Amino acid sequence: MSLQRIEIHKLRQGDNLILGFSIGGGIDQDPAQNPFSEDKTDKGIYVTRVTEGGPAEVAGLQIGDKIMQVNGWDMTMVTHDQARKRLTKRNEEVVRLLVTRQSLQKAVQQSMMS
Amino acid sequence: MDNESQYSGYSYKSGHSRGSPRDRRDRHRSKSRDGSRGDKSVTIQAPGEPLLDNESTRGDERDDNWGETTTVVTGTSEHSISHDDITRITKDMEDSAHLDCSRHLGVSLAGALALLSFLTPLAFMLLPQLLWREDLEPCGTPCEGLFISVAFKLLILLLGSWALFFRRPKAFFPRVFVFRALLMVLVFLLVVSYWLFYGVRILDSRDRNYQGIVQYAVSLVDALLFVHYLAVVLLELRQLQPQFTLKAVRSTDGASRFYNVGHLSIQRAAVWILENYYHDFPVYNPALLNLPKSVLSKKMSGFKVYSLGEENTTNNSTGQSRAVIAAAARRRDNSHNEYYYEEAEHERRVRKRRARLVVAVEEAFTHIKRLQEEDQKNPREIMDPREAAQAIFASMARAMQKYLRTTKQQPYHTMESILQHLEFCITHDMTPKAFLERYLSAGPTIQYHKDRWLAKQWTLVSEEPVTNGLKDGVVFVLKRQDFSLVVSTKKIPFFKLSEEFVDPKSHKFVMRLQSETSV
Repeated sequence: MSLQRIEIHKLRQGDNLILGFSIGGGIDQDPAQNPFSEDKTDKGIYVTRVTEGGPAEVAGLQIGDKIMQVNGWDMTMVTHDQARKRLTKRNEEVVRLLVTRQSLQKAVQQSMMS
Repeated sequence: MDNESQYSGYSYKSGHSRGSPRDRRDRHRSKSRDGSRGDKSVTIQAPGEPLLDNESTRGDERDDNWGETTTVVTGTSEHSISHDDITRITKDMEDSAHLDCSRHLGVSLAGALALLSFLTPLAFMLLPQLLWREDLEPCGTPCEGLFISVAFKLLILLLGSWALFFRRPKAFFPRVFVFRALLMVLVFLLVVSYWLFYGVRILDSRDRNYQGIVQYAVSLVDALLFVHYLAVVLLELRQLQPQFTLKAVRSTDGASRFYNVGHLSIQRAAVWILENYYHDFPVYNPALLNLPKSVLSKKMSGFKVYSLGEENTTNNSTGQSRAVIAAAARRRDNSHNEYYYEEAEHERRVRKRRARLVVAVEEAFTHIKRLQEEDQKNPREIMDPREAAQAIFASMARAMQKYLRTTKQQPYHTMESILQHLEFCITHDMTPKAFLERYLSAGPTIQYHKDRWLAKQWTLVSEEPVTNGLKDGVVFVLKRQDFSLVVSTKKIPFFKLSEEFVDPKSHKFVMRLQSETSV
């Protein structure tokens, strides 16, 4: 499986540090409604929206990415709220994400099948 | 502008009533005595005052240990009055005699006017018959029909007036009641103008058309019925729809209530407030007002400030007092601590006494039961409620007395009143809890014995004339000697109600399992 490492520098906006994207999914959510996942039982955390010009876009995050790790913390088996908390820790200015993309997954799968 | 008005609540018949003046004065005399006794709250005790007098603040050295000795106190003590009483009674009687004259005038005027207006239609119909009977045209069925209708309309008018005006009024108002005066003037003008026309057109010219005359009389009765309708609307209906909220606060302990009233004049609103005061507000207990002395005593010692060499006294005094106040505020003040512990201690004491009282009463009530028909009992053993009450009173008397003393309620409940209440509860098969509800919490003033606490002399203090209607922001004060009720008015806001239609089929729900959070 091919993975991407993405380093996002949080942007300070008033009292908050924002990353500039939205997440969906989690073990407490309904995986059938996830438009980005290949496997409709996948309860992982996916990127559903990336704001234009935000820190995430600058760092290279794309919509539909599945986030595997955040700063070493696992994100494949977490609830939605836990995922949010791990991304929005107030004392962290930089988050390092480990993401995987569908196109890469497909390419890998295809290369594995052939 | 009149700032202060007085009125006393002696009952009298208003409107078109005729009562005999003598018994009214007798009633008034006995009530004035009671009223003045109820006014006093702190008195200078003349020597030889009876044991169970009605005043409260003498403290514990007074001998009210009827808990230990359960003999019944005779009733002669309640009617002795001291010198203060006598001077006050004569002053009251002089004042109210003066007021009574003006009130009698009003009542008799209204009565005369009513009589006049009742008899006028009859006079209209009878006078032609008496004066020029031979010249009148005969008038058969139409006239008889009109006679019947006049009779019934007058009967209805009589019943309506009796219902509306012949009522025992609740209070004496300081100023004339504007609407009533207006109605009396209207009736007077109506009757006078009818008489004028009658005199000129019919009597002078000796009109021969009797049916016309009878119809004229019927029209007067109709007009009077309409005036009666106007009276109902002005006096009764207009004030029913709530327009203002009145807040009444008692000045001594802050007990407050809110009331909704409609369009009333200030004096009528004052009477309304008083009617509700007697059954809503807990009874005024002067013993509960002050902080215990131990808490306050520390505040007495203050700072002494000396001025050196300054001649300008006025400036200095304010500066001095400010300095004293500031210094006192800065000093470490532990009186709140003492207050807190004192309160907690008092609370605990009250609860303990209350528990003892409840147990004693419960036990006392188990000693008697109602006589069933099939029980064969010796006639000597059968008691009436009074004797039954006396029999079980002894066992609870001490606990009751101690409890009342702790909660400072002992002036409100004499032994006789407790016995009477016990007898009442036994007669009606009440449980001990029902017997005790009267003593465990301070009830409204009207619950206590009428002679003592229902003082009817109130003073209305207001910056605006008291016949003015209520408006937003009006404040008036109802004063008694020891406390006063401050009443302020607020207008009920205008509500803008809008409609929203919800289709019952539109209530649909989904499980919220896919949420999106932006980070």
